[in-house]
Amino acid sequence: MKPFYLANYLALSLLLASLSSQALEYRGLLAEQSTLSFTYRQMGVPMKGDFSRFTAQIAYDPAQPTTASARFEVDLKSIDVGYSDGNDEILKADWLDTSKYPTAHFISKEITPLDNNTLAIKGELNIKGKTLAVTAPLTITKKGNTQIFSGSLPINRLNFAIGEGLWSDLNVVANEITIHFHLVTANEY
Amino acid sequence: MNYTRTAIILHWLVALLIFIAFPLGIYMHELALSPTKLKLYSYHKWIGVTVFTLSLLRLLWRTTHQPPPLPSSITRWQQRAARIAHYLLYALLIAVPVSGWLMSSAKGVQTVWFGLLPLPDMVPRDKSLGELLKTVHLGLNITLLTLVVVHLLAGLKHHFIDGDKIMSRMFFSNKVKSL
Repeated sequence: MKPFYLANYLALSLLLASLSSQALEYRGLLAEQSTLSFTYRQMGVPMKGDFSRFTAQIAYDPAQPTTASARFEVDLKSIDVGYSDGNDEILKADWLDTSKYPTAHFISKEITPLDNNTLAIKGELNIKGKTLAVTAPLTITKKGNTQIFSGSLPINRLNFAIGEGLWSDLNVVANEITIHFHLVTANEY
Repeated sequence: MNYTRTAIILHWLVALLIFIAFPLGIYMHELALSPTKLKLYSYHKWIGVTVFTLSLLRLLWRTTHQPPPLPSSITRWQQRAARIAHYLLYALLIAVPVSGWLMSSAKGVQTVWFGLLPLPDMVPRDKSLGELLKTVHLGLNITLLTLVVVHLLAGLKHHFIDGDKIMSRMFFSNKVKSL
């Protein structure tokens, strides 16, 4: 009797899974339209950088926003800090140490709707082997067949040991780095 | 007759700043990237913007305050050469900082005077433009250095060989007139 029960259970979950995938969901990231950038201050100078390679898995059903989930993976070697000397330096051990930690991750843990088109996304950000809980407000815009998720998240670089040793001097490179994301997803049924 | 007190102060202030910024520029660009390098670059740029601003002030001052005439003992061709050399010096005092400012933008780092006052980026970030402007900045600096050396040697020549009073016009004396 027991194996039969298990099989039933499995069949039921599969059915439910297939049903839920019938719901309007936004999953496919349109990489060429999406951007992941960051701003920071160096000697009082506002600087802008970005990542050219990243992936995101986003599941979002407008009818049930709390069931949404997001997962990002960023190829840290694709970083551009805004100037070429900096691009060599940032990969080194004092900064991102990309030979040891080639990727950064974000995994959503809890999503709370704030209003019609804003969600608070709580999750875990992992950079350079350190995982910290972060919360970012996320704005959702519908544009044609696409759904755009955008927002920004300020982090303190020293919490992730980004810029150690001599580079921990916050008068040269400020502690706060703001990550800006603009993720365009195509809807899928 | 001397230059005005304002002209004398501005002249020596700009001279002092150039004598700091020039060797600093040569030293800093060879350094490996470090916090020190970023600081030195910023200081160099701040000095450059200051030179630019003071040079604009000097030009403004000069258009409203005629410099004392050269003595008639100086031949016409030398007077003419001196005039051209001074125009070139003024042009370079503007062109050198401007080329540095543009280079900085092309290389992706905005110039922010004393870390407080941002100068607009007049050119976009562009690697080949950055390299070109680096060459331009270097070329203009070598020209400026050459002219400063000629300027200095000419002054010393007038003072020690010709025995005229041209060089002392740029120093304070008991006979300083006006401002």
